[in-house]
Amino acid sequence: MVEKQYTITDEAGMHARPASALVGSISKFQSEITLEYKGKKVNLKSILGVMSLGITSGSTVTIAADGADEEEAMARIDEVLKAEGISNE
Amino acid sequence: MKKSISGIAASNGIAIAKAFRLENPELTVEQKKVQDPTAEIERFDAAISKTAAELEVIKEKTAQQISEKEAAIFGAHLMVLTDPELIGPIKEKITNDLVNAEFALQETTDMFIGMFEAMDNDYMKERAADIRDVRKRALSHLLGVTIQNPSMISEEVIVIAEDLTPSDTVQLNAEFVKGFITDIGGRTSHSAILARTLEIPAVVGAQTVMATIENGMIVIVDGLEGNIIVNPDDATIEEYQQKKEAYEVQKAEWATLKDEPTKSTDGQHVELAANIGTPKDLAGVLEHGGEGIGLYRTEFLYMGRDAFPTEDEQFDAYAAVLKGMKGKPTVVRTLDIGGDKELTYLDMPKEMNPFLGLRAIRLCLEMPDLFRTQLRALLRASVHGNLKIMFPMIATVEEFREAKALLEEEKAKLAEEGVSVSDSIEVGIMVEIPSTAVMADVFAKEVDFFSIGTNDLIQYTMAADRMNERVAYLYQPFNPAILRLVKMVIDASHREGKWTGMCGEMAGDEIAIPILLGLGLDEFSMSASSILKARSQISKLSKAEMASHTDSILALSTADEVEAYVKEISK
Repeated sequence: MVEKQYTITDEAGMHARPASALVGSISKFQSEITLEYKGKKVNLKSILGVMSLGITSGSTVTIAADGADEEEAMARIDEVLKAEGISNE
Repeated sequence: MKKSISGIAASNGIAIAKAFRLENPELTVEQKKVQDPTAEIERFDAAISKTAAELEVIKEKTAQQISEKEAAIFGAHLMVLTDPELIGPIKEKITNDLVNAEFALQETTDMFIGMFEAMDNDYMKERAADIRDVRKRALSHLLGVTIQNPSMISEEVIVIAEDLTPSDTVQLNAEFVKGFITDIGGRTSHSAILARTLEIPAVVGAQTVMATIENGMIVIVDGLEGNIIVNPDDATIEEYQQKKEAYEVQKAEWATLKDEPTKSTDGQHVELAANIGTPKDLAGVLEHGGEGIGLYRTEFLYMGRDAFPTEDEQFDAYAAVLKGMKGKPTVVRTLDIGGDKELTYLDMPKEMNPFLGLRAIRLCLEMPDLFRTQLRALLRASVHGNLKIMFPMIATVEEFREAKALLEEEKAKLAEEGVSVSDSIEVGIMVEIPSTAVMADVFAKEVDFFSIGTNDLIQYTMAADRMNERVAYLYQPFNPAILRLVKMVIDASHREGKWTGMCGEMAGDEIAIPILLGLGLDEFSMSASSILKARSQISKLSKAEMASHTDSILALSTADEVEAYVKEISK
């Protein structure tokens, strides 16, 4: 399993557009991918799950991938978070 | 019979046409027992693929006819439709409880809708509408019910609906749909935003239109004021026709002023700038032809979160604004909290008179580390545009010197670290405390500019809390006392070759503009949507003529007399 922490820097937090971009970009991976925020863990392949957390700007989230393509999945997540301006770390 | 209904003005303009009720079909879901869950799941999957295909078509159409950005909403809908956390539980429910697909869909989506509606954030609350939209579409396929298709409307109408889903709204053909009214929704709901993009007049949140208006009734939508008139008489129709034409003439005139500098009839230029709160407001500033930013309120960066923003986060926001303004003047006000603006993560003792307490620059000087972080972020961002730094709530010359010394220290540190900083940053102050206005001649020797914050200047000069309705009558922008202070500040700055702006409500006020122009105000900063109106007004005024009235205006006794005088000379 690989795991990484991110600080959300997007002004509006994790709102619909960046959340869709993130969820959309990882649906093809086999690995189980989760996002944890304030002690709640959701399936990162679920737009409803991610948005239901109401993640605000400036907070920290932990993303974990577990499975055969976990390394590729994390690399892709990293890329999308930066490209969409969700997180800059 | 004529009837008026009021709602929330969601999109500017006026339209008069026949009503067209857009009704949601009855999608009644009954709980039924199923014998063969596998077959039921197949039926569910088939409905989902039909729904997805339909959404793809709408998405495509939206991308072509409106914009890629609006089409993204339907991308999100497709994602909801295929969400594993939605589809999974529905199928489990069908298998485990042996219930029909409609019921399983209803129950599962209800849970998510409830979750989003319970959030204390308007944006998230409105996402519940997205889930409803997706559910409606999927249910119609499961139930074999056809949904009324707004794109089939082929005569001029005003659409009346309980609510318009995003997919309804994009299917409205602007050729025939002259306006719309909904019972629910707010200014930030999808349909309201789309109405503004499509430039269709709209009133939302009207509550009783579905109960009141029948198909074919004549309806007037006044998207400027948020009013609806049902069955208007001829005189009312005539009145609104004129209002509509006047609005259209005005809109066309304003459009030609967008990229023009603001000039009076005698060729004098003043700068019309915008007040903003976040980098997201930039688009509006450029769209309305702002010549600069006269007030960037940085406190929003600090609000709605659980810790102070880091230097890098602040740098990103400031750099984004400066880059977006492409070299146009951008006045950034340093942190103004305290008073009525509190931060949940900053423990501040309760004060008897928060507006007279430890707020704005007082707080920043009390907590220099907090202030230094902001100053560093600003200095680093300065190379990306035309930055001017402004300190709020300055009461004494010492406060300004102390704040400026901290700025110089951080500048020197950055230079040592090899970080480049612009060497032409102007440093100014807000004038909102009477002591500062009175001492403006002394301040003018040390600051690069003044910006008059009228909301606070008025409340401190009149000693009247602007939140207290019982003394609201003392909130008098046109009281000669205020105007005399404004004149002192402007004159003091000009004697030292400096400039003065104004960033309160007053700067965009129709009555104030002629007076301020005559007083020689250099920069007027207002909400972006007021800029073109103000530019149009100034282009019809002579600065020299307004200046010739200054002495008479300042010699008047009351605010009412000032107002009457300006109305008289503006005729």
